[in-house]
Amino acid sequence: MINGVLHPKNVVAQLVQHGVSHYVTLPDSETANMYEALLAEPSVTIVPVAREGEAIPIAAGLFVAGKNPVISIQNAGLFEAGDALRGLGLGIGLPLVMFIGYRGHNRKGDTPDSAATFLEPYLHMWRVEYFVVESNDDLDRVPLAFDLARKTNQPVAVAIGTEYASEPAGASGPAQEEGGQ
Amino acid sequence: MITYADACRVINESRGEAVSVTTMTQTKYWNRVSSEPDLDVGIANAMSKASSVALGIALGDPGRPVLCLDSDGSLLMNFGSLATIAGMAPKNLYHFVFNNGIYAVTGGQPVPAPGVDYARAAEACGYRSAHRFDDIESLDTALPGILSNPGPVMIEIIVKGEPSTEGVDQTWESNARLPLQLRALRTRLTGSDDWGPGGPYI
Repeated sequence: MINGVLHPKNVVAQLVQHGVSHYVTLPDSETANMYEALLAEPSVTIVPVAREGEAIPIAAGLFVAGKNPVISIQNAGLFEAGDALRGLGLGIGLPLVMFIGYRGHNRKGDTPDSAATFLEPYLHMWRVEYFVVESNDDLDRVPLAFDLARKTNQPVAVAIGTEYASEPAGASGPAQEEGGQ
Repeated sequence: MITYADACRVINESRGEAVSVTTMTQTKYWNRVSSEPDLDVGIANAMSKASSVALGIALGDPGRPVLCLDSDGSLLMNFGSLATIAGMAPKNLYHFVFNNGIYAVTGGQPVPAPGVDYARAAEACGYRSAHRFDDIESLDTALPGILSNPGPVMIEIIVKGEPSTEGVDQTWESNARLPLQLRALRTRLTGSDDWGPGGPYI
């Protein structure tokens, strides 16, 4: 059980702060509320893909054309996208922040979901640096990911270790922790 | 049936200042005729992803035409990209598929279904229009008009297979070509040379 919540509007605010232009994604159950929150943000264009392996190549093309994309796919989809990560992420030195849904993550290490079991070993295998974000308290790790991607010209992962919370209808501005200040 | 050399020559004659994204055998012939090498990217070391890279460039630079010179074997590995492209509907994307029914660079083994009609598949996914050519005269005559209309457009070209047993060039220098080309293209498109070295090749 992970304490605290992660409000998608806070992540959207981070994307806007970093000048993200395109959000290339294949939605999954963990990030469904993020998708909804992004629909209300006009400065970020959503690019839906049919398969996760398309996401990094599309992001590469956008970056070459002067845009500032991120991708958002599930851990199981990142496994499918391995050759794209190799050839068009790591291979070309693409500064790209990859939001990865950490399906099955429970912080205990005894998850029955092999998609969670293999995510961090998989990132280590590719030598991809990553940060885990489990709640609003962890959002200061997102700017670290953008900085590291830019400094190293390499993809950097942000593993989203919880389901995004739903936003109350009509809410605007950054969301607070329940019971927060 | 059309030869690679003729198809690339005819396409280049109509390209203007379009970006080109090529893959596999097309890259070899395109490089011999290209009038704008600074606007060319040959997708090596990432088979099947030419259509996705081309989509990204087209979305990022909507005022400039983007020509993707794809192949049937590559597209079959990334077939969902037809739906992704149709969904985003970039008006500046022209998707050529060189259909020879074989994996040419591995010696000519047949693709799983050599009879796939890629033009109809693209149209069914929602491309704005789709065309199929098996003689060079028809392609030569129709292409300027096709490229003057909005995309996404599929142009399927039935080409004569040229099986090779040479394999794909895999050296440090050949693998550095793609990251260098992409940086040069970004500089050409944006005027900025702020993309520094990174990765194993540069």
